[in-house]
Amino acid sequence: MDAVWSNFDLVLKAFWLTILLFVVSGLLSLLLGTLLAAMRVGPVPVLSRAGAAYVLLVRNTPLLVMFILVTVALPDIDWGIPDLHLGPLEVSNYFAQGLVALSVYTSSFVCEAVRSGINAVPLGQAEAARSVGMDFGQVMRSVVLPQAFRASIPPLASVQIALVKNTSVAAVFGIAEATFRMRYFTNNDVSARNQIFLMFAIGYVIIVEMVSFGSNRLERRVRTAR
Amino acid sequence: MRLSRTLSTLTAALFAVSLASCGNAGSDGGGGVDVKVDDNAASSFDDGTRMKDLADSGKITIGVKFDQPGIGFKGATDDMPKGFDPEIGKILAASLGIKPEDITWKETISDNREPFLQKGEVDLVIASYSITPERRKVVGQAGPYYVTGQQLLVKKGSDIKSVADIKGKEVCSVTGSTSLDNVEAKGAKPRGFDTYSECRDQVLNGSVDSMTTDGAILLGYAAEDPEKLEVVGDPFSEERYGVGYSKKYPEMCQWITDTLKKAEDDGTWAKAFEATLGKSGVDTPEPPEMDSCS
Repeated sequence: MDAVWSNFDLVLKAFWLTILLFVVSGLLSLLLGTLLAAMRVGPVPVLSRAGAAYVLLVRNTPLLVMFILVTVALPDIDWGIPDLHLGPLEVSNYFAQGLVALSVYTSSFVCEAVRSGINAVPLGQAEAARSVGMDFGQVMRSVVLPQAFRASIPPLASVQIALVKNTSVAAVFGIAEATFRMRYFTNNDVSARNQIFLMFAIGYVIIVEMVSFGSNRLERRVRTAR
Repeated sequence: MRLSRTLSTLTAALFAVSLASCGNAGSDGGGGVDVKVDDNAASSFDDGTRMKDLADSGKITIGVKFDQPGIGFKGATDDMPKGFDPEIGKILAASLGIKPEDITWKETISDNREPFLQKGEVDLVIASYSITPERRKVVGQAGPYYVTGQQLLVKKGSDIKSVADIKGKEVCSVTGSTSLDNVEAKGAKPRGFDTYSECRDQVLNGSVDSMTTDGAILLGYAAEDPEKLEVVGDPFSEERYGVGYSKKYPEMCQWITDTLKKAEDDGTWAKAFEATLGKSGVDTPEPPEMDSCS
């Protein structure tokens, strides 16, 4: 274990990269997923079908396949994703590729979670909003989505927790995040394999616990009497 | 009806394409070197040793790599892995009276070599397995039967000429390998992939600047794609390939060392090298001095 303690900065850097992957792709997937949900419930048939097709296609594709598409297939057809530089962090087009793969994948789940929330909003709300002259965008923004988000916090938290753990897939696609670092240590320090494994598992548990704590507090705060 | 006919045509077409693309995988043929199987092996070992048990059962399981041309490679359509490591495995099995076709080859990746030995999933690991003090705390390692060094594989015409040029460049290898740690220590950005072939593809499509691992493996890849890839620079580490065995059977060490020594002396070792790694154009080296077993 000495090798781990003396290189603890590598562990922290790896978890920092995991968190960064999670936060950025989490936000991107929330945006894209909400947009998709709005498309699916909206009045334009083409958009609604496009949204449904996206969910059908992406949600049924394994994340690993998504990563292979983005990191292996796209560069092969000269459709690479450009480099991304975020300050001193060692990020590159592999980081950007990881973000794309994770966000595209997660947004299909976000879309369905938000849609379940929209379904929980009584129909009369939207009808009432329309009757006072609001258009679709206004109805969504000021009446439906705020209530829908409130109803869909638990499933959204589950989706985000799954995302935290899904970032580990990036380990075999060129990103030096936590799982990558774990394999670096277990390979060098074979006698302490179990301890190293446990330590990284605890790291993930801490991140996931923070997400679920946050979502619990949020849920309590926005709870309304029905 | 029409839809189902279209579908079946499509499936048939896809199937034909996938068959065609399988066609050229591992068409190398070449069965390697014939080793003389010891007929009366079981009687030459003491009762209670692992070698006696293996010789009596007539079967052995050996862990090798499946994705390193020249070292250990098994194409999708191959029955047996080919390469220097499997040849060493055949030599060891032959001394137990086990024929090559009675060897069970199991794929081991860098990450699971120790667990496989500890759990008895395999009897031996011969998988470009560098001897390190850390590993010797957990498993036994006899040898080395081959010494190589880490080098760089680049696209032809790359501005990386030696290890001094990789600072700040992206260099890939297999996730969790010593090679990746070494280049990271030299200032390169490590890019880990699951297999060497994925890493090689990233070099070919220009996503990473260079691939690194033991020179022996890189030469195998360069030999597959000589007009696009080349190996540059002098070796900048020393990797001593050993045969892994379980610490439960310490008696195996002397047997492995003796058998390999004999193969080195009678020329079988050199023949095995020429039939595998030697094909990439390197000269057959002097066999390395082996560690003692105590």
